[in-house]
Amino acid sequence: MAQETRNAYGEKLAQLVQENENIVVLDADLTKSTKTVEAKKVCPERHFNAGIAECNMMGMAAGLAASGKTVFASSFAIFATGRAFEIIRNSICYPHLNVKVCATHAGLSVGEDGASHQSIEDVALMRVLPNMRVFVPCDQYEAKAVIEHVSKIDGPCYVRLGRGKVEDVYNENTVFDFDKVDVLRKGNKTVLFAMGLMVQEALKAAEELDATVVNVSTIKPLDEESVLELLRTHEKAYALEEHSIIGGLFSAIAEAKAKTDITTPLYPIGVNDTFGESGKAKDVLKKYGLTAEHIIEVVGK
Amino acid sequence: MDMNELKRHALNVRRNIVQMVYDAQSGHPGGSLGCADILTYLYFVQMNINKDNVRTTDRDRFVLSKGHCSPAMYAILHEAGLLDEDLKTFRQINSKLQGHPNMNYVDGVDMSTGSLGQGVSTAVGMAIANKLDKNSHKVYALVGDGEAEEGIVWEALMAAAHYKLDNLCVIFDLNHLQIDGDVEDVIGPLPLAEKAKAFNAYVTECDGNDFESLAKAFAYFNEPKDGPTVIVANTVKGKGVSFMENNYAWHGSAPNEEQYNIAMQDLKEEN
Repeated sequence: MAQETRNAYGEKLAQLVQENENIVVLDADLTKSTKTVEAKKVCPERHFNAGIAECNMMGMAAGLAASGKTVFASSFAIFATGRAFEIIRNSICYPHLNVKVCATHAGLSVGEDGASHQSIEDVALMRVLPNMRVFVPCDQYEAKAVIEHVSKIDGPCYVRLGRGKVEDVYNENTVFDFDKVDVLRKGNKTVLFAMGLMVQEALKAAEELDATVVNVSTIKPLDEESVLELLRTHEKAYALEEHSIIGGLFSAIAEAKAKTDITTPLYPIGVNDTFGESGKAKDVLKKYGLTAEHIIEVVGK
Repeated sequence: MDMNELKRHALNVRRNIVQMVYDAQSGHPGGSLGCADILTYLYFVQMNINKDNVRTTDRDRFVLSKGHCSPAMYAILHEAGLLDEDLKTFRQINSKLQGHPNMNYVDGVDMSTGSLGQGVSTAVGMAIANKLDKNSHKVYALVGDGEAEEGIVWEALMAAAHYKLDNLCVIFDLNHLQIDGDVEDVIGPLPLAEKAKAFNAYVTECDGNDFESLAKAFAYFNEPKDGPTVIVANTVKGKGVSFMENNYAWHGSAPNEEQYNIAMQDLKEEN
C-alpha cells in the first residue's frame, strides 16, 4: 500500500483531538492540504484558522500552550519553519512551550509548485533550536505513531510530513521506539542512513548493493550510540535525505562522528545546496538524484 | 482607588527602574519610565493578580510585548509584592531577571518576550484558551508604538477581532519615540487608533501617565463588547526624569553617576 504521510497525520490528529480535549489545532489557510481539516470535521470548536499569517499562528500556538493546551500547528514546511522561524524560536522553543509544529509538503516531492514551495532547509532550521525535537516519519504507520508520540511529549516538537504517496515500510502491528534508529535491513560493508521517503529508495537500492539500511526518524535527539556503532561496523556510510546536504541528516550524523575517532567515510546523498524546480514529483526527485538508481550509481562506484 | 497611593507606587516603580538600569549599567529606562503608570494601574487596580494566584494561570494575565521594558515589569512585580528575586541582580550572570523577561524564571511573567510584536500574538492565544476554558479572566498586552511597525501586531489584531476576543485588551504605549528617533521620522506607524479601528477593534485613547484617564480607558474595556479592546495610551518616554523625558537617546542607555543622582532627585517623594 502507499499513502501520504500527511493523510496519516490528518487521520491520527482527528482521533487524538477527540480523545484529548486539551488538544487545540491551528492552521494557516491550508487545512485541506495539511489535512487538519479532518480534526476540524470532528472537533470544529478546537480548530482555529489563523489565515495566511503563519507568524501569528505560531504566536497564538505559544499563548495557547502557555495556558496549558497541547497545540498542533500546521502549514507547509517552508512557511511553518521559514516564515515563522523566529516566532518558533523565541515564543515556543525559548519558553519550552508545548507546541507540535506538524508541517506538510516538505522537500522536493512537492513537485509542480516548484522551488518556492519546496522546503529543503526545514530540518536544519528546526534542528538548530534548543528544546526542539525533530521527527521525520517515512510512511503512514510511522507517521501516525510519531503524532501519537509527540502528543505525549511535554515541549516543542517538529514533525516533517510529505505531500505525495509513499510505499509502506511498516504495518499496523509495528511497535516503534523513537529513541532508537531502526535497522531495516542488515547488509555488508555499506550502511545507508535514510530519512523520510529516502528510506524506501534506500531499501530498493540495498537489494543490489547488499547494504545495511537504517531509518533515522528521530533526527533530534539523535540516537548517537546506535549510529556510531553502525559506523564502526561498516566500511563506508551514506546519509540519504530529501533535504539540503547542509544541516540535515548528513550533518547530524557527521557531527556525531566528528566527536569520535571513527574513520569510516561518510558521504551525503541529498539536495546539493541548490534550489529545486517544478515538475512531477518523480521527475524532480530523479533529476536531483533522490532515487534508488542514483544511490546504486553513487555507492556502487 | 486612592490616587495618592497609586502615585506613590508609580514613584517607587520609577525609582527602581532607574536603580536597576544604573546598577546594571545596561537596560532600557526611557520606555520603562513611560509605562510605569499603566503597569501600576494594571497591577494595583485592574488585574486580579496576587500572591495566592501568581503561580497559576487561573487569573488575569499580562504580556509585556515590549519586552525591553523589563525593568518596569520587574519593578511592578516587586512593588506588588510578587517578586522574590533581588532587583540588584538585573541583567547579571545567573540572575532570573534576564534582560528581556523569561516566563520560566519569574512567577508573574506570563510570556517570554523581547522579540517585538510576538507578545500580542501570544496574548491572542491566551485569550482563545480562556474562551475554550470558559473562564472570565482577561488578557492584557502592552505594545510599543515603534513595535507597531512589526506586521505580526496587525496579524494578531485581525485574529483577535475575527475570534471576537472581548477578553483581550491591547494597550499601545504611544510615546512617539523609538531607538532611531521619532516614530514618524523612522517609518511612520501612526495613526494607531484609526488602524486598530480598521482592524475591527474597539478603540479608546487616554493619557497613559494619568490615573483618572487610565481609569476611564479600562472602564471602557470592562464594558461588555463582542471584540478586542485597544487602548491607545499617550505617554511621555522617560516620564519623571527631567533629562530623559521625550529624549530617544534614553531608549536603551544607562545613566552615569551624576545623571543617576539627578534622576533620583527628580524622583524624590516630595516632588
